[in-house]
Amino acid sequence: MPAKRIIPCLDVKGGRVVKGVNFLHLRDAGDPVEAASRYDAQGADEVTYLDIAATLENRGTLLDLVSRTAARVFAPLTVGGGVRSEADFVALLRAGADKVSVNSSAVADPELVDRLSAIAGAQALVVAVDVKRRPGTRPTEWEVHVAGGSRPTGREGIAWCREVARRGAGEILLTSMDRDGTRAGYDLELLERVCGEVEVPVIASGGVGTLDHMAEGLRFADAALAASIFHDGQHTVGEAKAFLAERGIEVRPCP
Amino acid sequence: MTSSAIALVDYGAGNLRSVENALREVGAEVEVTRDPDVVRRAGRIVVPGQGSMPAVADAMRISGVAEALLEALGRGARMLGICVGLQILFERGEEAGGARGLGLVPGTVARLPSGVKLPHIGWSPVRAVGTRHPLFAPLDGQYVYFAHSFAAPADASGVELLAEHGRPYCAALARGDLFAVQFHPEKSQRVGLSLLDRFVRL
Repeated sequence: MPAKRIIPCLDVKGGRVVKGVNFLHLRDAGDPVEAASRYDAQGADEVTYLDIAATLENRGTLLDLVSRTAARVFAPLTVGGGVRSEADFVALLRAGADKVSVNSSAVADPELVDRLSAIAGAQALVVAVDVKRRPGTRPTEWEVHVAGGSRPTGREGIAWCREVARRGAGEILLTSMDRDGTRAGYDLELLERVCGEVEVPVIASGGVGTLDHMAEGLRFADAALAASIFHDGQHTVGEAKAFLAERGIEVRPCP
Repeated sequence: MTSSAIALVDYGAGNLRSVENALREVGAEVEVTRDPDVVRRAGRIVVPGQGSMPAVADAMRISGVAEALLEALGRGARMLGICVGLQILFERGEEAGGARGLGLVPGTVARLPSGVKLPHIGWSPVRAVGTRHPLFAPLDGQYVYFAHSFAAPADASGVELLAEHGRPYCAALARGDLFAVQFHPEKSQRVGLSLLDRFVRL
């Protein structure tokens, strides 16, 4: 098995890093290229950009940002947000993204997953799945949400993960909307279920508040995506890796 | 194109830009090309690769680049293949119902076994074997970035680095002036850039 990956995630809008809670009260938090380079130097195994504006008029800005990042960061770069078509997907890859993630557009048109996977291989395609628990269900069920977690779709989460893996997703970026922004830890029951059901790597997201949370999530997941724990300077990627290595979790040593 | 420039073969591979950036970062002059004549005359050629081996092999044959590459290698050009750029050197590939490779290296590129996560995406360590070629020997024990589901046999002719995911497989090979890696040096941070730096200066 490869080493467990630590992936800082940057929310970007209009070519800048933005911070907020649940996509509200956004404030400018600097230049994404600087932030990505800093994480690269700290030993991040990948960097993810999520374009939270994801509007058509913003595409040029995003492509320019990706291309400037790819010229400086020599670690894998995943870019998501507002990818609606084959053309969007290819434009991001050609700008220098190594992987592109899709979310709402895959729910609207599941065959898009098959088509994107055929373009550059499964390893270039991440399907992001945002889910919320269905209250009172036993065993627990999760419902897929789109549009930044604001719109329920009626789709059951575990079955959707299985479907996108079968259709050609190379990885699943699994976010618990219940935990996102809470710093209360990953939804471990969700991670265990999905990781047991799909053959593709799973990236855990939503809820990391401490390094212990990261270690718990990586018992099941192949990679841990985290935002605030790194952006707020609470921990460096190096500290996270040292903590995980002490607990017997295989991580790539920092440079 | 000057003789020191590297011909970077463009057949629509997704990570072409990343490879170009990384080669420039280590000081190489790069010419991105899909012109068989440029490939034919080049002293150093890099074949990047993302996607499926059958699609890449077909694209290279149809464009005439495959033939030009073989001619250049016959003249003593140095080549570095990356990811699918390694896989196409073999005789056959199992992917998508089977593919014919360039046949420069005997053997079949086969799917990694079930029971492990596929694709193999992430950082895995490599181990030096074979002649300990100076291009690859410094990578012994280092983690590099992989993103693939198919791999060449561990006993491939010229194997220099081994990695393991479900089974051991060939992570790098050297045969005369022909070099290839299954991982992505352009995405393997310092370890990968130093490999590209050594290739450029070989």
